[in-house]
Amino acid sequence: MSDPVIEIKDLWFSFNAIPVLKEVNLRVNRGDFVALLGPNGGGKTTLLKLMLGLLKPDRGSILVFGEPPGETSHRIGYTPQHVHFNQSFPISVLDAVLMGRLRPGRGWSRYTRKDKMAAQKALERVEMWEYRNRRIGELSGGQAQRIFIARALVDEPEALFLDEPTASVDTKHQTDLFDILKELNETVTILVVSHDVGIVSTHVKSVACVNQQVFSHDDSEITKEMLEMAYQCCPVELVAHGLPHRVLQKHEEE
Amino acid sequence: MLELLQFEFMRNALLAGLLASIACGIIGTFVVVNRIVFLSGGIAHAAYGGIGLAFFFGLPYVVGTMGFALLVAVVMATVTLKARHRSDTIIGVLWAVGMALGVILLDLAPGYNVDLMSFLFGSILTVPTVDLWFMLALDSVILFAVGYFYNDFLALSYDEDFAQVRGVRVRLLYFLLLAMVALSVVMLIRIVGLILVIALLTIPPYIAEKYCGSLKIMMSISFILSASFTLVGLYLSYKFNLTSGATIIIVAGACFFISLLVEFLKSKRPFSA
Repeated sequence: MSDPVIEIKDLWFSFNAIPVLKEVNLRVNRGDFVALLGPNGGGKTTLLKLMLGLLKPDRGSILVFGEPPGETSHRIGYTPQHVHFNQSFPISVLDAVLMGRLRPGRGWSRYTRKDKMAAQKALERVEMWEYRNRRIGELSGGQAQRIFIARALVDEPEALFLDEPTASVDTKHQTDLFDILKELNETVTILVVSHDVGIVSTHVKSVACVNQQVFSHDDSEITKEMLEMAYQCCPVELVAHGLPHRVLQKHEEE
Repeated sequence: MLELLQFEFMRNALLAGLLASIACGIIGTFVVVNRIVFLSGGIAHAAYGGIGLAFFFGLPYVVGTMGFALLVAVVMATVTLKARHRSDTIIGVLWAVGMALGVILLDLAPGYNVDLMSFLFGSILTVPTVDLWFMLALDSVILFAVGYFYNDFLALSYDEDFAQVRGVRVRLLYFLLLAMVALSVVMLIRIVGLILVIALLTIPPYIAEKYCGSLKIMMSISFILSASFTLVGLYLSYKFNLTSGATIIIVAGACFFISLLVEFLKSKRPFSA
């Protein structure tokens, strides 16, 4: 199980001459369930977009499934962070999910029966099938987020990249979502971006902290240090909430 | 109204209106949902530089204008892809410089004076039959390209990042879309005028958008609205002896404000469903 899905070596990225990520090294193996934690502006979403080939690094290399990102991105199920970016757009729930069945160079060919059955299955999985003919813009943020998760699942991806998938989802559906993810993780590699330390800690297998640099932790225990980094304020008291009190070693700066 | 059809210029005007409505319905829908109204206005106005070039160098109108509009569209596509947050300024500059270039070239052009009014409001009543064939050809190209890439264009318009992740060639399609905007604008300017092009590109899709569940339906309804505005406008302009292009715009504009009013009244009664 050490077959790498993602291999990042010495990656640097800046935006308008402001450094966003520096000397990032990260390896995600097949079957991993990784959470990317970190403060707002720490570069989590940027890192995800680099791995999808939506942004190009200034320096360093990224390989996804052993190839440059972008070449293989259709094998990844992806949900963006914001779900109501285009609220007045006339598109039904079903059509939005079918978008996840697009392939490179599809041309004339229309969605087949197989595509539609896959869309139904994906929508049933997130309990949104009955909304299939509604316009996405009419749904609540949490409902729309579940549609986007269905869109990410509809093509049976080998990996899932989810950017804040639970940001506006209620507690019941947060738990449901992570149950679905846990089940999928038997065959699918998962990467979740989050700033919600609590939700993630009980479900993922490992954690990578992203704040310009990336520090990987091989288990999912949330440390005081991670919280401090995630919330970037005064030292955090680790009390209650079922969080473990064990403190990992300090990140080794080179 | 039927007696109007005895005149060839009226038959041509009606056909021109219908053919223009096909391009406006399809391309206008993309212009509205992709929020490139300003950019399309920029291409249309800058195309005036192409008219100037055509007259100054004695080129055929279509060659000069289309060539220049396509060039402007490519520049604008490149700029908007590279620097989105500054693109509106650059579009504004190209808009003004293109027009100024056109005006100066026409000043310098030997012994020919083009009426700016006919460029702004067109001359739908003097459309020659050959232009109808041009429009038919253009509509066919648009129908084919949009039909072929429909799902890709839908994904690009709704969620560009996701489209790219799925392997849709978003840059290529974006250039293709702006090229189609340029072609539509150029073909329609001489017939319905620059102002009418922008009005027909944006008003019908804007009204249609609120009532449509898909892009396809939005395009169809936009076509029907656009054709209706043109027919009603033409009839009123004949009946009351008014400038046809401007009358069509007034009809479209009136419906636009009625749709806003309807929407406003609906929002005042949230529980009436």
